[in-house]
Amino acid sequence: MPRAATLLRVAALGLLAAFLLRPQAFAALFAPLTQYGAPPIYDQGNLLTLTLAHLATVCAAAVASTIVAVGLGILVTRQSGAEFLPLSRALVNIGQTFPPVAVLAVAVPLVGFGVKPTLIALFAYGLLPIFENTIAGLQGCTSELLEAASGMGMSARQRLLEVELPMAMPLILEGVRLSLVISVGTATIGSTVAARGLGEVIIAGLLSSNTAFILQGGLVTGLMAVLLYDAMGLVERRVCRAAHVA
Amino acid sequence: MIRIENLSKQYGATTVVDAVSMEVERNTITVIVGTSGSGKSTLLRMINRLVEPSSGRVLIDGKDTRSEPAHLLRRRIGYAIQGHGLFPHRTVAQNIATVPHLLGWSELRIGARVAELLRAFQLDPAEYAGKYPHQLSGGQQQRVGVARALAAEPSVLLMDEPFGALDPIIRSKAQDDLLDIQRRFGTTIVLVTHDIDEAFRLGQRVAVMSQGRVLQYDRPAALLTRPADSLVARMTGLADRALRLLSLTTAGQIATPGSAGGPTIAASASLRDALSEILWHGAESAQVVDERGAPRGSLTVAAILAHGRPE
Repeated sequence: MPRAATLLRVAALGLLAAFLLRPQAFAALFAPLTQYGAPPIYDQGNLLTLTLAHLATVCAAAVASTIVAVGLGILVTRQSGAEFLPLSRALVNIGQTFPPVAVLAVAVPLVGFGVKPTLIALFAYGLLPIFENTIAGLQGCTSELLEAASGMGMSARQRLLEVELPMAMPLILEGVRLSLVISVGTATIGSTVAARGLGEVIIAGLLSSNTAFILQGGLVTGLMAVLLYDAMGLVERRVCRAAHVA
Repeated sequence: MIRIENLSKQYGATTVVDAVSMEVERNTITVIVGTSGSGKSTLLRMINRLVEPSSGRVLIDGKDTRSEPAHLLRRRIGYAIQGHGLFPHRTVAQNIATVPHLLGWSELRIGARVAELLRAFQLDPAEYAGKYPHQLSGGQQQRVGVARALAAEPSVLLMDEPFGALDPIIRSKAQDDLLDIQRRFGTTIVLVTHDIDEAFRLGQRVAVMSQGRVLQYDRPAALLTRPADSLVARMTGLADRALRLLSLTTAGQIATPGSAGGPTIAASASLRDALSEILWHGAESAQVVDERGAPRGSLTVAAILAHGRPE
């Protein structure tokens, strides 16, 4: 990795940490964006707690999407599950095309306000990249390799765990990475149904015409997305190096 | 010993292997040769049940192969395929250790066996054990593939066109290595190929297959001198059958005591090569020496020619 890029990443992480721990230190920076003496820094809640809550929601949804999407991907690439491929693909596609806002609208009457409808929306929205990458990864194992594995005396389960999944892992992680990054941004809408998160900051800004609030919510979310993307990239590279597949 | 009884495989209305019966002797190399689509690979795969037979049965050392789960059976049978099929995410040592791991060998025993095999295949363990398959040449990958197939000391090794992806020079070396390895470990090998030269070079017994049937299963010389039908004769090469026959006997086998003029020939050289050498030197005879250069006798053109026709 080039040195400059590493420095930039460390700087971004440092900036994010500094802003979340001591937001008031940045007050002068945001003051020009406010009018009529409105507060330049979000003051209706702790920015750090909101960020952590936001991250927790995103991660919980990503874990659930990963488990379901990888599981489905494995199922439909087995001989016995191949007929479920079109159906699974259709379901996952619906999850992606159905707007998260609409999912919230449907979910709130069913599960109430709070973090639950947000989790459902993020979960459905995050399935597609992981599912498709899992399938692509598993189908990327050549028939020669699978025959060798069977010929050695591996059971179907051993073949999956020792050959197919390790070979597919880099692509699966790439899917999780995409899904995570999309979720970080999408999770802000959860605040419309009272889920704790950075959306609160943006909505507060919109309601009081406070550009500083909107910008703070957006910047923190954006920085988090970029840093998560990089962190997942590091994990991927490590796994690829261990697996020696590019 | 492998005993194949009335083995058939049908896919729908197509019969791929048609009631094949044959016996493979212990500690020999048996080659199944045939054109593509002759059913030779399917026959091989029915031995370790990668393909389940439609009817008939296979006995290994008297035991029906269906008397245990297929994956357990396969751990006792070595299997090497064209293009090696090495796992790209595992090192050479890990690849070779695949079956011993499945069998639950101790790490100590696995390590010793991997090192032994690497040395047997002329790969220095210190240098190659930790490498990944993509860091090896084609010939080295192929050797690791065979080493992996032999790792758990199977008494039977099945090979499906194992040298198909190699260039002629490496291929010839790989064939020599296989003969050495077979002598060293005493493994019973069944090898499938479409290359009749390879079949004659490696096989103590050769089965010629076409359209799912074994046309003839015999010693190589018998295939040449007494072909079962015109198809076997065509496949084994009508035009140069006399030369092929010569290539099955070595100079050492027919050398007679005494000395004569002419070029010097190794006792391990085939009569075909010996004849070629004598022709090249415009001589009538040759001296035969063993691998240390000690004289073993002499060989005349007339004696060689006598071996180039059916008795």
